[in-house]
Amino acid sequence: MRTPISYFLLVSGTLFTIGTIGVLLRRNALIIFMSIELQLNAVNLALVAFSRQNGNLTGQVLTFFSMVVAAAEVVVGLAIIVSLYRKRRSVDVDDARMLKW
Amino acid sequence: MRLTILVPLLPLAGAAILLLSGKRWRGSSAGWLATGLVAAGFVVTLILFFRLLGQPPQHRRYVAHFFDWIQVGTFRVALDLRDDPLSIVMALTVTGVGSLIHLYAIDYMHGDPRFTRFFAYMNLFVFFMLTLVLANNFLVLYLGWEGVGLCSYLLIGFWFDRPAAANAAKKAFITTRIGDSAFLIGIIAIWVHFGSLDFGKVFGAAPGLANGTATVLALLLFAGAVGKSAQLPLHVWLPDAMEGPTPVSALIHAATMVTAGVYLVVRTHRIFEASSSALTIVAVVGIVTAIYAGLCAIGQDDIKRMLAYSTISQLGFMFFGAGVRAYGAAIFLLVTHAFFKACLFLSAGAVMHGLPDEETDLLRMGGLSRLMRVTALAWVVSAAAMAGIPPLSGFFSKDQVISAASLAGREALWVAALAGALLTAVYMGRATFLAFFGESRHDGHPHDPPPAMRWVLVVLGAGAAVAGVLGLSAGGGALLRFLKPVVGPPAERVAGPPEAVLSLISVIAALAGIGLAAFVYLSGRFDWQAFRARFAGARQTLARGFYVNDVYAGAIVAPAKAGAAFLAYLVDDRVIDGAVNGVGGSFRRLAGVGRLLQAGLVRRYALAFAAGAVGILVYVAVRL
Repeated sequence: MRTPISYFLLVSGTLFTIGTIGVLLRRNALIIFMSIELQLNAVNLALVAFSRQNGNLTGQVLTFFSMVVAAAEVVVGLAIIVSLYRKRRSVDVDDARMLKW
Repeated sequence: MRLTILVPLLPLAGAAILLLSGKRWRGSSAGWLATGLVAAGFVVTLILFFRLLGQPPQHRRYVAHFFDWIQVGTFRVALDLRDDPLSIVMALTVTGVGSLIHLYAIDYMHGDPRFTRFFAYMNLFVFFMLTLVLANNFLVLYLGWEGVGLCSYLLIGFWFDRPAAANAAKKAFITTRIGDSAFLIGIIAIWVHFGSLDFGKVFGAAPGLANGTATVLALLLFAGAVGKSAQLPLHVWLPDAMEGPTPVSALIHAATMVTAGVYLVVRTHRIFEASSSALTIVAVVGIVTAIYAGLCAIGQDDIKRMLAYSTISQLGFMFFGAGVRAYGAAIFLLVTHAFFKACLFLSAGAVMHGLPDEETDLLRMGGLSRLMRVTALAWVVSAAAMAGIPPLSGFFSKDQVISAASLAGREALWVAALAGALLTAVYMGRATFLAFFGESRHDGHPHDPPPAMRWVLVVLGAGAAVAGVLGLSAGGGALLRFLKPVVGPPAERVAGPPEAVLSLISVIAALAGIGLAAFVYLSGRFDWQAFRARFAGARQTLARGFYVNDVYAGAIVAPAKAGAAFLAYLVDDRVIDGAVNGVGGSFRRLAGVGRLLQAGLVRRYALAFAAGAVGILVYVAVRL
């Protein structure tokens, strides 16, 4: 008896919603960052679930790509946050509003 | 003769070297280089002169072709230089007197922070003047003509940090430009009419001109001459031009530049003669200017302004001479005037040099002859020469000019010229007695200038004394005989008393003028200071040149300034800037609305992003 795909999608959707709400509501850049990771992983989960459902490995391959890109993105994002902290002694994204006219 | 090119080229080389090498010249070396090059130009001119003398009179004309300057369709201008008696006499005057003035300036300008540049400009000036007198067509002449104007601007405004000097330079440039524009139109008209600018072709065809055409051409050329030679009504720049260093006054405003107009009229006399009225206009403008400037000179207290007005007055005599067809006499007066006026200016410079604070006020001099013997001697000889006392040079030249009017049967002009000569004697006597004789009204310890300057004064003074021999022998003298191939023979007597009687009358006029000045300023029997106070209004009128300047200021300069202010502050500021700034401003206001979207809050961007994503999802879901 295979677990129905709807279970996976339910978890994935829940994770994605939590991530989105985190991005929109939290002000700490690190938390926002982690929330974005959560969204990414929710999507990865959905991809794997669909792959399994359809018997097609393309989705799982794509997941690996997604994870590699996410790792690279973490490097860049964390570097930005660290330098932002050094500059402003704060990781509150509402403080970082220099780039407006 | 190809050697001719060296004459203008030497001073040009000097100007180029000095301008390009800038401040590398130590001490007075730049001045010596400049002086040496002009003197070398003088030597070359002398060689050319003797070569000309070696030819029979009718062959004394060389045209050296160097290259074709402009060639567009049928319009052709070649860079040709001409040496004929008239050019050579002018070139000798320019380089001879010019090199003496350069020599004088070495000591006079000593210690000036822009010493090198001063001599570069002086050399450049001599170059342009030589181009002017050696030109063989109107365009090359115009090149020199404009160059001389440029150099006068640079040199009058040499001390440009003084507002008066900067303004005087602008005034000189703009005023002469009015005449120059007419001259340029005249050159274009000459080309349209003759199809050539070459002197030989134009003058060959000139006698066949219709009267009206000739009058228009002649008056356009004369307008240029009026501007350059500071005749009424364009004379206003010259008295102000005294703001320049004194050697500049001597070089530009006595010996060379202002004589360009006289040279032009004499050079183009064939065009003037083809018209029935042009020469009369020249004579009348000349004599009116001579009398007007003579009156103004009497009212001047500033020694240099007095000399400036006397220059205007003497130039008036030269035009008068040309106007009564005594071209040779006009050039003769030009040459002798170069000597005595340069000497007078340089003596005035020596006086300023010797008195504290560069004093130029005649009322604060007096009795200088006891302290500055050489200067005083040079001044007195030159002043007497200018007044026309025999046997000094001015007597012969001015007498020839004045007599020419009577010999041509124009008594009214002759009487006017005599009045002008009387005025000349009065103002020169006045300046001489006020500055060099009588009781001393100055403080400080005046002394003669250093040796180089002193020798220049001696040489020029000697020239002023003896240059008259050029007009001594038969047929109007050696100079007139030499010039005859270019300007024709001196006029024969057609009316009036013989020359000897005329000369006697001019001498009497000159002596009467000096006697009057001596009675007023020297004898002590006339209280001129009380007289001066009593007629302050009249004196003021003379001193301010009959308010011509003020009339120009009110009638021309003020409306022009008001027009410029209207354009600058209303049209430019409001209309043009308003349109440009209005376009810019409307875009800014538009951008101000769009700018509100960009708050800089990353969470707001994320919300918009998410809302957009949800929107697309909903849209897709509904459509499917």
